Amino acid sequence: MKQYRWLAYPYAVWMMIFIVVPLLLVLFFSVTAKTPDGSMVLTLENFKKFWEPMYISVLIRSVLLAVYSTVICLVLGYPLALILAGKDFKRKNVLVMLAVIPMWMNFLLRTYSWMTLLEKNGTINAFFGTLERLAATYLNMELTLPRVNILYTESAVILGMVYNFLPFMILPIYSVVSKLDRSLIEAAQDLGGNNLVVFKRVIFPLSLPGVLSGITMVFMPAVTTFVISRLLGGAQFMLIGNLIERQFLFSGDWGFGSALSIILLLLILLSMGFMSRYEQENGGGGLW
Amino acid sequence: MRFLRKSYVFLIFLFLYAPIIILIIYSFNASKSRGHWTGFTLQWYRELFKDSQIMTSLYYTVTIALLASLIATIVGTAASIGIFNMKKIKREIMLNINYIPVLNPDIVTGISLMLLFSSIKIPLGFTSLLLAHITFNIPYVVLSVMPKLKQMNKHLYEAALDLGATPFYAFKKVILPEIMPGVITGFLLALTLSFDDFVISFFTTGNGVSNLSITVESMARRGISPKLNALSTIMFVSVLLLLIIVNIRTSKDDTERRPKNEKTYQGNVFVSPTSHDI
Amino acid sequence: MKKLIKVMFLLVLLAMTFSLASCGGSGKPTLKVFNWADYIDESVYKAFEKEYGIRVIYDTFTTNEDMYAKVVSGNADYDVLFPSDYMIKRLINEDRLAKLDFSNIPNYKYIDEKFKDLDFDPNNEYSVPYMWGTLGILYNKEMVDEPVTSWDILWDAKYSKNIFMYASQRDAIGVALKRLGYSLNSRNEAELEQAKQSLIEQKPLVLAYVGDDVKDKMVAEEAALAVVYSGDAIYSMWENENLAYVVPEEGTNLWFDSMVVPKNSKHKKEAELFINWLCDPENALKNTLYIGYSTPNSAAYDMLPDEVKNDKSAYPDDDILEKCEVFDDVSDVLDIYNRIWDEIMTAN
Repeated sequence: MKQYRWLAYPYAVWMMIFIVVPLLLVLFFSVTAKTPDGSMVLTLENFKKFWEPMYISVLIRSVLLAVYSTVICLVLGYPLALILAGKDFKRKNVLVMLAVIPMWMNFLLRTYSWMTLLEKNGTINAFFGTLERLAATYLNMELTLPRVNILYTESAVILGMVYNFLPFMILPIYSVVSKLDRSLIEAAQDLGGNNLVVFKRVIFPLSLPGVLSGITMVFMPAVTTFVISRLLGGAQFMLIGNLIERQFLFSGDWGFGSALSIILLLLILLSMGFMSRYEQENGGGGLW
Repeated sequence: MRFLRKSYVFLIFLFLYAPIIILIIYSFNASKSRGHWTGFTLQWYRELFKDSQIMTSLYYTVTIALLASLIATIVGTAASIGIFNMKKIKREIMLNINYIPVLNPDIVTGISLMLLFSSIKIPLGFTSLLLAHITFNIPYVVLSVMPKLKQMNKHLYEAALDLGATPFYAFKKVILPEIMPGVITGFLLALTLSFDDFVISFFTTGNGVSNLSITVESMARRGISPKLNALSTIMFVSVLLLLIIVNIRTSKDDTERRPKNEKTYQGNVFVSPTSHDI
Repeated sequence: MKKLIKVMFLLVLLAMTFSLASCGGSGKPTLKVFNWADYIDESVYKAFEKEYGIRVIYDTFTTNEDMYAKVVSGNADYDVLFPSDYMIKRLINEDRLAKLDFSNIPNYKYIDEKFKDLDFDPNNEYSVPYMWGTLGILYNKEMVDEPVTSWDILWDAKYSKNIFMYASQRDAIGVALKRLGYSLNSRNEAELEQAKQSLIEQKPLVLAYVGDDVKDKMVAEEAALAVVYSGDAIYSMWENENLAYVVPEEGTNLWFDSMVVPKNSKHKKEAELFINWLCDPENALKNTLYIGYSTPNSAAYDMLPDEVKNDKSAYPDDDILEKCEVFDDVSDVLDIYNRIWDEIMTAN
């Protein structure tokens, strides 16, 4: 089959033009600056600019919010994946499909919809209000339900991230767990392990590859988002994505924007490298 | 325990579907502003089809998604076969570069392409958008086809040649059928990614060409219009129908052709856009 | 499976024919218009297309800076732009605009004298006013019982988490400067520093920094007070009668969005035809009624229904206008403005 090697050449050229060169351009803009007379000079000014408490705090906030959402996604998603992979549900395939469908809808529309739900006079609060009124008229009961008041807070941003990325945690875990060798679990049970032990010793370790790719698939987009923080956070919590967008679309500071992009890229590569090392130690698997 | 599980599943699905249900309900709401139900109407659906901005962007979205995913599938499948047969070092290099757009934050991909287009003076518009979409689609095609190539029995192809098949015939009859599930998964993955992309498109289009996500974003900035709710309802229903049809088809195909117990390939249902669009 | 593939290919073929049809297509001249989002009655430019057989490619932006970035990147070739005052000045200073041939724009005569000879285009060479308005406070009369007269109310702890600020660098800093009694166009670092401090001090009281969707949010009574443009205020008041708009006594920003033609436009004649079309009283009337902003077109103004004409929010008295300032191009100190805004947005 060696004669088919040439089939890769068109893509190799494509890669050069549309993947490698653009990244080099970003790198180029990040380490150069225009002098007043129009010539380009090499400089680390753009990176130095980042080294300031206010920009560092943006990075830290982005990472923290992404970590929170990843952890919440894991806590919520793992049990669901296990339940779906279990034998109990007859229409398992339908359920998995249902978990996928929301991702096919435009994410902006779904995020806007959360605003409608969470607003002060939004759907959730209106629903509580109706319940209270119904209780008062029909049950003669003084019912006081709490009101949701989290829109435009960090919690709303985290909620938006969890909502948008939860399926990316569920699916990889599900696909790993559902392929687990049943006989392993049965063997463990036969050997006298109770459910907890079987889970701790058998199921959980074997599901780790799925967990790891789930973590990557949630963390990566969460750390770079700029739309969720703008919509649900009321633009009060600047994340690194917002900062980059602002440099290119508002301030016109391409140098600083490129430097920020490089920093973000490094952050992602570092965490990926960390994950893949861990993954290799644990026997690989995952994304595909 | 069983009850507990069921209610847990129910709650999570409620969480996933609450915003979608809201969108659907408000698409039939007579009042323009949110939060108040004033009566049932189909007015927004009529207006939706009259809105030339939405319709144009829908047209661009579909055209770009189909063209980009088709080109990406062809280039990507060819590339996978080529890469698969390369020497180890070259193959590693190719695969690693292939991984870049997957790992790269979308915002960085979008910006780097924008910088490229502006430095080689390709005007932002249909062409730049198409090029960008093909670029972020190919890696997913390669990643879906590669595993199928690895699973394939190498000797089959050689056997076909020994039996007198021309390389092209052998390619068509031996390799292609083996990798087809991967190719289709790749195509569908590319299609979805392209259909829903916002960030990369946001930075690489202009001159009046915008896809659905961009139009939604700019319209919603002025306050979300019930027309958009109507649009999402239609999209939701079509996705649902499409998935049902595809699922019925695959299970039919599979039962026709495969012995019952053999594991059917897990293509279509699990094709999901990656988290890359936000 | 085979069928599925066939269907897919058919779809793709269909898409290709579509795209070819739309690209190749008629030899009609095209005109690329770059306007603010939701800032025109669509039927007006559809009628223009019909009348002159010119295809209009209509594209929108959401901030002046967004427009500027796209226009100067060299990736776009628009024929008509709708920037605001200070951005027009910047474009003129950078020599990016074409001088208009007013003999092609006879309807210019309908533009009120008040809106000619403006600072950003002193000799009326480059721009034709499209809409104008003020920046002020939109408030809910049910939630605010005291009279709203000053920008100070946006710093009143009583309304904590009940205030929407406009997420626009220039406008927000402008509000703070005006409140402190300085010019909107301050280049003085100490004054700007003070403005920054006061915005950081205000941040905990702010519910959210929002864009144009502020209209919907105020209509839905999500907050008591918001900084908005007059046209958005008028639209909101149509939808919810509890709302009222006021121009604070310290003065505010008076702004103009005008039509200009970039220097590199290849369709200047058609662009001027389009500008003339929008200055036609009937069309100007349609637009102003559709979007709610105030028209500089005196003939269109005369045709307005009385309740709009007498609406002081849209057409304030001259003594209020006297207290207002038009934004000047501050691109020489833009770095300071950008930095200030970064500090406010990242403050905790």
